[in-house]
Amino acid sequence: MTTGDSLSSAPAPDAGADIKAVPVRRPGRILAAILIAVLAAAAISSIVQNPRFQWGTVGEFLFAPTVVSGALKTLELTAISMVVGIFLGIVLAIMRLSPNPLVAGASGFYIWLFRGTPVLVQILFWSFIAALYPDISVGIPFTGVEFFSVKANDIFLPFVAAVLALGLNEGAYMAEIVRAGFVSVDQGQEEAAKALGMRRMQTIRRIILPQAMRVIIPPTGNEVISMLKTTSLVAFVAFPDLLYAVTVIYSQNFKQIPLLIVASIWYLFFTTILSIGQYFIERHYGRGTAAAGPQPLMARVWQLVFTTRHSDLAEKKGKPPATAPGEEPPERHGL
Amino acid sequence: MSTAADDTMVRAEGVHKRFGSLEVLKGVDLEVQRSEVMVILGPSGSGKSTFLRCINHLEKINRGRITVDGTIVGYRQKGDTLHELKESEVARERAAIGMVFQRFNLFPHMTALQNVTEAPVCVLGQSREKARTHGRELLDRVGLADKADAYPGQLSGGQQQRVAIARALAMKPKLMLFDEPTSALDPELVGEVLDVMKGLASDGMTMVVVTHETGFAREVADSVVFMDDGVVVEEAPPEELFGNPQHERTKRFLATVL
Repeated sequence: MTTGDSLSSAPAPDAGADIKAVPVRRPGRILAAILIAVLAAAAISSIVQNPRFQWGTVGEFLFAPTVVSGALKTLELTAISMVVGIFLGIVLAIMRLSPNPLVAGASGFYIWLFRGTPVLVQILFWSFIAALYPDISVGIPFTGVEFFSVKANDIFLPFVAAVLALGLNEGAYMAEIVRAGFVSVDQGQEEAAKALGMRRMQTIRRIILPQAMRVIIPPTGNEVISMLKTTSLVAFVAFPDLLYAVTVIYSQNFKQIPLLIVASIWYLFFTTILSIGQYFIERHYGRGTAAAGPQPLMARVWQLVFTTRHSDLAEKKGKPPATAPGEEPPERHGL
Repeated sequence: MSTAADDTMVRAEGVHKRFGSLEVLKGVDLEVQRSEVMVILGPSGSGKSTFLRCINHLEKINRGRITVDGTIVGYRQKGDTLHELKESEVARERAAIGMVFQRFNLFPHMTALQNVTEAPVCVLGQSREKARTHGRELLDRVGLADKADAYPGQLSGGQQQRVAIARALAMKPKLMLFDEPTSALDPELVGEVLDVMKGLASDGMTMVVVTHETGFAREVADSVVFMDDGVVVEEAPPEELFGNPQHERTKRFLATVL
């Protein structure tokens, strides 16, 4: 009657063969697949059949010179702001972990200030900075000695204001990411370096930072993708980025929807490229420690698409914990 | 500089160390002579590891003083006042004192050879070439010549600890500190590390070893110190301390470990 009875009376399966069992039925899966297919079909047919999407216009403007130049400006702004942000983040993280309470406090204050106000407000602040400080001069404070002086409006062009706002803001977030990376490195590493006579900055550069990278890289990838989209806020201060370029066009031809689709296509294109890059960088730094959890769908797609090429590369490079020839593969070691 | 310092490598006088309100060292007096091997025994929490860490200034002492090779550790004395040394000066003092940790603390992102050459290049300014040659000699000396390009994660605990010893030796230290070097090892791996340490001792290295390996103490130590509750209870040559302990606490401790 019960399975137990039937099992005990049944002949034992061939001990030498792998188990071949009938898989459990998953009716939920089939149901979900049908549901998703129906919804997707409905969405696609509405997008294709609704003439107000004006796909013709989308095609017409996708590679318009101002749009392409705006897209490049967006990339440029993302890259420069991230470089500023990462550099600042490392400096702030080192300051935050400094034994000098004043230095640590200054870094804490910076992070509090720049994380605590919206980035759009900061962008507007930097573009209006001339109202606060019409003249910017370099000299010795409180003495009246002045080396040179410029009009704020001459140097705080939209691009400079945008880079400053985005970079300084990003620095505050990167500082926390880098700090988390530093803290993740075992205390014994610093002690061992100290005991060998290494100084604090040598220890950070040679011992702590390389190990912290594993923890720092993945969230930094997220920050890059996030920054790419955050740069669209600079359209508020008339910086000719991707979003600004399409708003200028649709303010003349009133085809808002197709032009916003144009911008979205570009943003999606860039974030897709960056996600692929992030996937491989993470895999590089996560070797030996990566948890074997289920991978997101897109990651599996990248793996399928790129695996053959990448594994060729990996073989040629044969870098770090790669197994020495003639040796068993290393167990998962908690580096 | 004083004449008394000539044969004394480490001298500790009335060393006190507090962590907050917890007093870990309550006046430690010790002397280690040049080329002497001193083993410090004691129950956990007796302050023996803390004392070892004070010798190379990984911990700052609150009272008393420690000198290594005639120089005060971590301070400069001018008249009656002590001045803290700069970071670079403390680092220079530490560079001459090798330390081996319970948990090895090898740099996991570097190969065995890179672990050994890092400090000589970075701190002593040796050429990479020279450091690598010397590093390979040292790895050979600890029996790991064939593991030069292995990463710590690919080595057993005993192999890692031997690399850590080679790493410390690469700085040509005048004194080696061992902080429970075999406590994190599987029993069958303890011997290979102790063998390396015996070799060092017979080469005349001055060593201070915190360990529970009484066999090593009997065989290699010139003097054995028993510490308990932040003070030195008893110090004697191994045969005396193990054969005829003078203090009740020492007897009780030895009864539990032997």
